[in-house]
Amino acid sequence: MTTPEKLIQMVIAIALFVGVMAAILLLTARLKSRNGERVQAVAFVGPALFLVAVGLLYPALKTAYQSFFGANGDNFVGFDNYVDIFTNSSLLTVLRNTMLWVLLVPTLSTFIGLVYAVLVDRSRFEKLAKALVFLPMAISLVGASIIWKFVYEYKGTENEQIGLLNGVLKALGFETYNFLFYAPWNTLFLIVILIWIQAGFAMTILSASIKAIPDDIVEAASLDGVSGLKMFFFITVPSIRPSLIVVLTTISIGTLKVFDIVQTSTGGRFDTSVLAYEYYFQYFVSLNQGLAAALAVVIFALVTPIIIYNVRQMRRLEAR
Amino acid sequence: MTTTPTPEPAMVEQTPGPETGRKKGSKSAASAARDGLSGRTASAISLVIALLWTLPTFGLFVSSFRPETDAKTTGWWNVVTDPSFTLDNYREVLSGEGNAGLMTFLVNTIVITIPGVLIPITLATLAAYAFAWMKFKGRDALFVAMFALQIVPIQVTLIPLLSLYTSPPFNLRPLAGRDAPAGGLYELWLSHAIFAMPLAIFLLHNFMREIPGELIESARVDGAGHVEIFTRIMLPLMAPAIAAFGIFQFLWVWNDLLVALVFSGPDVAPLTVKLVNLVGQRGEDWHLLSAGAFVSLVIPLAVFLGLQRYFVRGLLAGSVKG
Repeated sequence: MTTPEKLIQMVIAIALFVGVMAAILLLTARLKSRNGERVQAVAFVGPALFLVAVGLLYPALKTAYQSFFGANGDNFVGFDNYVDIFTNSSLLTVLRNTMLWVLLVPTLSTFIGLVYAVLVDRSRFEKLAKALVFLPMAISLVGASIIWKFVYEYKGTENEQIGLLNGVLKALGFETYNFLFYAPWNTLFLIVILIWIQAGFAMTILSASIKAIPDDIVEAASLDGVSGLKMFFFITVPSIRPSLIVVLTTISIGTLKVFDIVQTSTGGRFDTSVLAYEYYFQYFVSLNQGLAAALAVVIFALVTPIIIYNVRQMRRLEAR
Repeated sequence: MTTTPTPEPAMVEQTPGPETGRKKGSKSAASAARDGLSGRTASAISLVIALLWTLPTFGLFVSSFRPETDAKTTGWWNVVTDPSFTLDNYREVLSGEGNAGLMTFLVNTIVITIPGVLIPITLATLAAYAFAWMKFKGRDALFVAMFALQIVPIQVTLIPLLSLYTSPPFNLRPLAGRDAPAGGLYELWLSHAIFAMPLAIFLLHNFMREIPGELIESARVDGAGHVEIFTRIMLPLMAPAIAAFGIFQFLWVWNDLLVALVFSGPDVAPLTVKLVNLVGQRGEDWHLLSAGAFVSLVIPLAVFLGLQRYFVRGLLAGSVKG
């Protein structure tokens, strides 16, 4: 397809969509009886419900079912795929890496975001300072990975360096280091990329909730002689606990699904694979449908408790 | 969001005596906490963080303007002593030979993104209105179910969705594969709409519930139907919220790699897919990689900076609710 053709297709699709929606609204607008309102409700909710049922609910059930079948999806193998995930050594590495990601990314990005929010709060350059840290949020994970691959770029010590980190190492008189090559440390250097992206998210939300702490509490505390780090740990942190939890859980969920960074930086080589990447690899490269489905179900199983906890926290806040 | 007070204009806070008036001299929890570190240490730490967060991007940005040999052989920081810049890298990645240039992929990304934002937002706004203000049987149960579906990670859905697209039931026309309409664009639009739906409905519903119910009630008493209320009253009031989620969805679709890798054929692959391939094939060609990365960054960055206010509002509404 040529560029004009693509654009025309897009315009057609939008016109089609707008036309159908307008027709639905116009047709149901005249209905005012009790039954008519029922039709309206269906018209409003129906499309969304249909999409979600076909695109999320059905596939989730189907995948769970598929995970009990072999590589090509025909022969029933019971729990073999799951046994594989928890015994095969390379898959165990994947699990270990995923665990590292889920432990480190949420905690460190939240910590950095929190410290930074506190440090720049009401300073002269607050707006600019926040924008600088927030900016990586707009960058795609692919773009961010390229940015960091460039920072990590490796050349032998005797060569001129073009990667920033190895440039610094060489200038300080150390040997240069191939950051993305040696397991398990390379996983840590990939984790840095996601922390770099997520800290801005954490900072924005935590900063807003710090600003929302009532002045009286702070004043009362400082009258009692509380200040400095004590203020931070006994007043600031407890007051923003709900936001801290939301930030931690949101980032955890995002981390479990991270795929782009591994794909761009190392292509899953050098023992850097994680669950979300391994899923893609098993299905589209190794052509092992059953194992891929089982990996997807494991991600699902790991996300579920986090969401449930989140929902309960939300309910508790609403009940108050 | 509603609770966030505007920061006081006072730039540098003096250490107030205990008896200073509440409004003028009072300080925030953050600044009070910060006093533990001397002002200088605090600004040093924040400066270091700001630098660490800016320098990687800046380095790649500088590199994208350096001549090929310079970019490949010397560090970007050498521009300080030996500045030489060129636009050749951008010219090369944008044009390319035949259809290989990034321009084609940029168009693909745009074509994928615009319906990929419009469709889910329209459907989600309608559904959110119904969940918030229409009375029908099973409404709350359906809403909770919708919210709970946020649990489903995209990965879980990909395989069955792909087979639905390639061989749909009831003799429907396949959306993917060789004969797919619009080269397989429809499946991309549909997938992005599906994946956005639970969160979009949830966030927009929350916004909508904040609009006073009397407004709707009185409109109903005056004889307005739901469609009228929705288009005449709700849409204008909801504009900021819709904009906020629109930016969300825009960044998400624009930056997506997984959905595109799984569902798009080479004909309609977006920039992100092309960039990953570029890294694979020309991992050493930093002059091209850096320029390519910035071609993909410019538009989302512009949107983000221009509409930052809305975006942050959307972020906060979704996250620090209650």
